[in-house]
Amino acid sequence: MKPDLPRYKTSDEVDFVIVGSGAAGGIMAKELSTNGFRVVVLEQGPYLTEADFVHDEIKVLNQDLLTNKPKLQPTSFRKTPNEKAKPQRALVYGRCVGGTSVHFTANFWRFHEIDFVERSKIGPVPGADLRDWPITYADLEPYYSKVEWEIGVSGLAGASPFDPPRSKPYPMPPLPVKSSGVILERAARKLGWHPFPAPMAILSQPRPGRSACVNCGFCLAFGCEVGAKSSSLAAAIPVAEKTGRCEIRPNSYVHRIEMDSNGRVTGAVYFDEKRNTHLQKARAVIVCANGAETPRLLLLSANKQFPNGLANSSGIVGKYLMLNSGGVATGVFEHQLNDYKGFAVSRLFHDFYELDAQKVGFYGGGGIDARFDLTPVSFALGALPPNTPRWGKGFKDTLAHNFTRTMEIFGHGTSLPVETNSFSLDPDLKDAWGLPALCLTYKDHPDDVKLANWLSRRALELLDAAGAQQKWAPTIGEQQFAVHLLGTCRMGNDPKTSVINSDHRTHDVKNLFLCDGSSLVTSGRGQPTMTIEALAFRAADRITALAKRGELA
Amino acid sequence: MTENLSRRNFLSRGSAAVSAVWLSAHWPAMVAAAEHAHQSAKSSAPPKFQFFSPEQAAEIEAITARIIPSDETPGAREAGVVYFIDRALTTFAVDDQKTYREGLPGLQTRVRELFPNVERFSSATPEQQDQVLHSFDEQANSGGRNFRPNAAAHPFFETVRVHTIIGFLIDPDSGRAGNRDGIGWKVIGRDRDHMFQPPFGYYDKDYAGWQPNPPDAEKTKA
Repeated sequence: MKPDLPRYKTSDEVDFVIVGSGAAGGIMAKELSTNGFRVVVLEQGPYLTEADFVHDEIKVLNQDLLTNKPKLQPTSFRKTPNEKAKPQRALVYGRCVGGTSVHFTANFWRFHEIDFVERSKIGPVPGADLRDWPITYADLEPYYSKVEWEIGVSGLAGASPFDPPRSKPYPMPPLPVKSSGVILERAARKLGWHPFPAPMAILSQPRPGRSACVNCGFCLAFGCEVGAKSSSLAAAIPVAEKTGRCEIRPNSYVHRIEMDSNGRVTGAVYFDEKRNTHLQKARAVIVCANGAETPRLLLLSANKQFPNGLANSSGIVGKYLMLNSGGVATGVFEHQLNDYKGFAVSRLFHDFYELDAQKVGFYGGGGIDARFDLTPVSFALGALPPNTPRWGKGFKDTLAHNFTRTMEIFGHGTSLPVETNSFSLDPDLKDAWGLPALCLTYKDHPDDVKLANWLSRRALELLDAAGAQQKWAPTIGEQQFAVHLLGTCRMGNDPKTSVINSDHRTHDVKNLFLCDGSSLVTSGRGQPTMTIEALAFRAADRITALAKRGELA
Repeated sequence: MTENLSRRNFLSRGSAAVSAVWLSAHWPAMVAAAEHAHQSAKSSAPPKFQFFSPEQAAEIEAITARIIPSDETPGAREAGVVYFIDRALTTFAVDDQKTYREGLPGLQTRVRELFPNVERFSSATPEQQDQVLHSFDEQANSGGRNFRPNAAAHPFFETVRVHTIIGFLIDPDSGRAGNRDGIGWKVIGRDRDHMFQPPFGYYDKDYAGWQPNPPDAEKTKA
């Protein structure tokens, strides 16, 4: 039985309106409603549940069941601000209750100490504006533990010698090892590296109302039909709704934040499913709409006081976008791995988390995992060896032989914050509601491309040591498609070079908060969601304290 | 060995891995899903074509049969791919109708150009058919994760190629008339079970359990 859910009137001034119900928004809703506040969550996508999470690759991948809709929400791309952007599919993000956490891989590494203080440690990097965070790993550590225990993360504490200190073990053991994991573990040890069981936001043991993973194999890009993937939908929103103080309002597309003459925001304006416009009033607004839509919403909310975008006195809203770099190598083995069974990743290593720029000749670092995250159609269309015939007997034979014998080694790495890399409003292109579309401007810092290819070479070395019968790695070029959306409203102490302070409060507007991938100051090593969720837990604590001290009124 | 639990078993009796709470919370949805699967099974007799005429269907099926041929194992023909494409063109791939409508006559013209004595694609020999299709396709270098269509290929051929692969491998329970009886998954070695238990494959079968990394492991920088 679902609890009786509150239905607030738009004219009710609730305590908080939260824009977005994903990794950050879901946790924010859970924490603030649990702390006694009245909360409305406005989510642009539908409220899907487990029964909707089918294995139909057309519905999920071609028809964007869980993600932003290119036909309704066109985007454009250019490499540099001097170019005219071309309409092009430029990003994917979760567009349903639970956001991207519904379909993500669920790799849940913590950031390490270095990620917060890299600028102090290595100094400036030419062509980038690398900065320290205003908080450290130690500030965030209790919240990482909170994510693991409250959302449900499986893993083995102490298994990686490179892991940062932790106050608690994982709440449940790692998921079972896959053949790809065993292959990585053996080969990595041969090479003197230090593999460990992957921390995953997927249950290895059941929790109340949620099953342990049943290894169905439709994981990355799909929603979990048994609630084993620790999405906001499965792990946070039910708790928020149970308080009786939180309303999740789906199909609500927020396109403007209103402000009064005293410089305070008064609520969020949104289109409902029938495109009627409403203003949900609130004492404070928290935007958790992701690293693309959060800056877009601020830019769309420009007003007399903030002609360049709400809370954008710095002029950097949308800038310093980081997508994470990455390299990949694919290997085919003699015997069947059957890696299509189960979740994506069971083993990884962090020996290259912090590379010595003097030795390798570029800034960066990364983690390397073994995975198989492709479903049958995607595999057949995108993962056969180079020069395999595209059809006919040669195609069929290779497909039939390789599907059960293929695995991938993925390197996940840093991106540098470059000012011109950004999300902005396209001057011409409009979405289906007539609003300016997102424009992605992105050109990898040269070090990011070097790192990606360096990681690919380590992946090939590993496949070689593992005795792969066939292996290949494409040369990685500059990216023009965004999945990880980081750094576009970054946190900092200086209002000239950051958008929010360490409480996630915008420097410019006292009752406006931002928390999601846009808050990140550095990119980490490719697995941002764990940190986004830790930040959300911490921000909820800070916001609660401010509200209780009467500092939001 | 892996315990094989069919989807039906999974739905009717659950398993130790599924908590009782989850079962009670999801029972109505699961019953609905089982009912849907039952309906799909009942309607697995070849449906009537919605988009193609029988003659067009015969030509398209002949093309799919060269893309994924039937040999020692079944191919696109046995997996009913032409039915998948027919349904696709009236559902999610409506936009491709024109490509098919204009592409098929073009293909037949090419057949008669290359083989004046052959009336249509389906009556050509397999070797002749391959020659016709090759004239529409140029090998693209597909290293790595290249999901983009081959720009060098003729749009009609590329569309049929991609549709054939999807129709061969789509989830057979998706109600899209493709991958009939899970034939495509059998060919690539994917079990149709809905859930799996370890060990999954050859390399994890004899895994001795996690052993810690050597304690003297030093944090070294590359």
